[in-house]
Amino acid sequence: MGMTMTQKILAAHAGLDKVEAGQLIEANLDLVLGNDITSPVAIKEMEKMKVDGVFDRDKIALVPDHFVPNKDIKSAEHCKCVREFAYRNKITNYFEVGEMGIEHALLPEKGLTVAGDVIIGADSHTCTYGALGAFSTGVGSTDMAAGMATGKAWFKVPSAIKFNLIGKPSEWVSGKDVILHIIGMIGVDGALYKSMEFVGEGVANLTMDDRFTIANMAIEAGGKNGIFPVDELAVAYMKEHSDRPYTVYEADEDAVYDAEYTIDLSALRPTIAFPHLPENTKTIDEIREDIRIDQVVIGSCTNGRIDDMRIAAKVLKGRHVAKGLRCIVIPATQAVYLQAMEEGLLKTFIEAGAVVSTPTCGPCLGGYMGILAQGERCVSTTNRNFVGRMGHVESEIYLASPAVAAASAVAGKISCPCRLD
Amino acid sequence: MKAAKGTVFKYGDNVDTDVIIPARYLNSSDPAELATHCMEDIDKDFIRRVSKGDIIVATRNFGCGSSREHAPIAIKAAGVSCVIAETFARIFYRNAINIGLPIVECPEAAREIEAGDTVEVNFDTGVITDVTKGTTYQGQAFPEFMQRIIDAEGLVNYINGR
Repeated sequence: MGMTMTQKILAAHAGLDKVEAGQLIEANLDLVLGNDITSPVAIKEMEKMKVDGVFDRDKIALVPDHFVPNKDIKSAEHCKCVREFAYRNKITNYFEVGEMGIEHALLPEKGLTVAGDVIIGADSHTCTYGALGAFSTGVGSTDMAAGMATGKAWFKVPSAIKFNLIGKPSEWVSGKDVILHIIGMIGVDGALYKSMEFVGEGVANLTMDDRFTIANMAIEAGGKNGIFPVDELAVAYMKEHSDRPYTVYEADEDAVYDAEYTIDLSALRPTIAFPHLPENTKTIDEIREDIRIDQVVIGSCTNGRIDDMRIAAKVLKGRHVAKGLRCIVIPATQAVYLQAMEEGLLKTFIEAGAVVSTPTCGPCLGGYMGILAQGERCVSTTNRNFVGRMGHVESEIYLASPAVAAASAVAGKISCPCRLD
Repeated sequence: MKAAKGTVFKYGDNVDTDVIIPARYLNSSDPAELATHCMEDIDKDFIRRVSKGDIIVATRNFGCGSSREHAPIAIKAAGVSCVIAETFARIFYRNAINIGLPIVECPEAAREIEAGDTVEVNFDTGVITDVTKGTTYQGQAFPEFMQRIIDAEGLVNYINGR
C-alpha cells in the first residue's frame, strides 16, 4: 500500500521509511509559527518547560498581525510580550509593524516555507503553505510552545481525500470559488482529521495565489492540511522568494484515499457562502433575491494577495462603491501594498470610494477595523462566517471571492462582475 | 478513579471557537477573564448558570474554526469538568489534551444526553453514565500516547517528566 504526498513528508520527518494512516509519530519541524494572539500563551507555557531556550532561532517565525498596529492597551501588552521574547531569544524571523504582513501571506513571500517542509503554526490557517507542497497545519499555543522548545511535534498520520481538478476556470472564477464549492460539497467536517490533496491537470490552470487561497481554507472543511503537487509554477515561486533547498514529494501511484472527487474547474461559477457556515454555499446564479449589504471587506490570509488586489481593482476601475456602503481593502503584506501602489491599484480603490488599510487580520475575526453592528450584512473575502465572527451576533457574513466582493460593493447588494452594467 | 460528575449543558453541531470565546476578548490571555465570556455568543446565560464540575455535551465537530487555545482554556476555567461530543475538530482536540481539559468522543451519548441531565464520566474506563436517565455509554479510549499526556495533566508536564 503506497503513501500519500502528506504521508511521505511526515515519514521523512519522523525518520521512518513508511507510515500509515492512524499511526502516531513524532516529526522534526522546519518552522514553528505564532502571532500576537497565540504566542503570548505559548511563551507562558514554554517558560514552564525545563528548557534553556528555543530549539533553533532561525526556525521560529513570530508575526504580530491580528491586533496590530496595537488596537488597545491589552493588545499592546501582548505584542510587547512577543517582541521581548523575540529579542531575548534572538529570533531571526520576528516581523515588526512596517515589515510585517498577515502571517500566511508573509511567510511564503519571505521564502520561509518551501516544498517538503513540516510546519506547525498556532493559527488555524497555517495549512496555507500546502500550496507549495509543504505539510503545514494549525495547532494551539501549547503545541507551539513544545515546538519552539523541542523542534518536534506529535501527529496522528492522516488519511486523505483526493480532489482531481480538471479544466480551466472561466473569467471571474478564482481559487476562492473552487474551495467554497468543495466545502459546500463535503461540509465543514467533510475532511475532519484528513489531508486534502489537490491534483490533476487543472492545477496548472490555477495561479499560486489561487492555490494559497484553496489550501488556506482546508481547515474550513475540518482538514488537517491541504496540499498541492509541486509543478513548474511552484518551483518558480520558490526560486523567486527563497534560497532554502526544497524537496519534492509525490504520492505513490497505489496510495489509498478515503474518497476521490473530480472537480471540473470550467463548470464552476462564482460561489458565495451564506451565514453562518462556510458550507452554506450558493452559486451567483442561484441567488435571485436582492441581498442588500452594508460592508465589503477585501483582504485577509485567504484573499489579500496581489492577484486579489488586481481582480478587485479591475472590477472597481471607473466605478464607485454604492452610497452608504463601506468597502475596506486590506493588502495582506507590505510588499503587496507596495506593489498595489506601484500598479496604481490603490488609486483605483480610493477613487472608487474604498478605504485602504495597513496589513491586519482585524475585521476577519471581529477584532477591529470593520466591526459589524446588529443586523448588518457584509460580503467578505475572508474565511469564516460564524455567528458573531465579525461583530454583533445578529450580523451576517457572506464569504466570496474578490471579484464578487468588489462587484457587490458597487451594486450595494450581492452581485458579480458579469451582472454590473 | 478519575471522574467527573455534573449537570449537562447541551449544544448542537459545529460549535465553533468564535462562539466559545469571541475574538473580541482575545486581547486577554488570562484564564479567569476568558472564562467570564465563555460560550457568550451561543448561550448568554451559560456563565451565570454553570457550576464547578458541570459537563458540556454537543454533537458533531465541536470546537471547529480557529486554533485559539483560549477556547478550551475558557471552558476549563469556567469550571467545566468534561466535554462529550460525537466528534471534535482536530485542533480543539489537541488543545484540550495539551491543557488537561478532559474530553470524550461518544456519538451515542452525545446524541442522547439532554440538557439538565446529571452525568458521570469515569476517565479510567471511559464509561459515561446518564444518572438522570439511568443509561450508560462507552466512550472511545485514547491511544496510549495521548493517555500519557492526559495522565500528566497536559503537554508541559509530560515534556518536563520525560
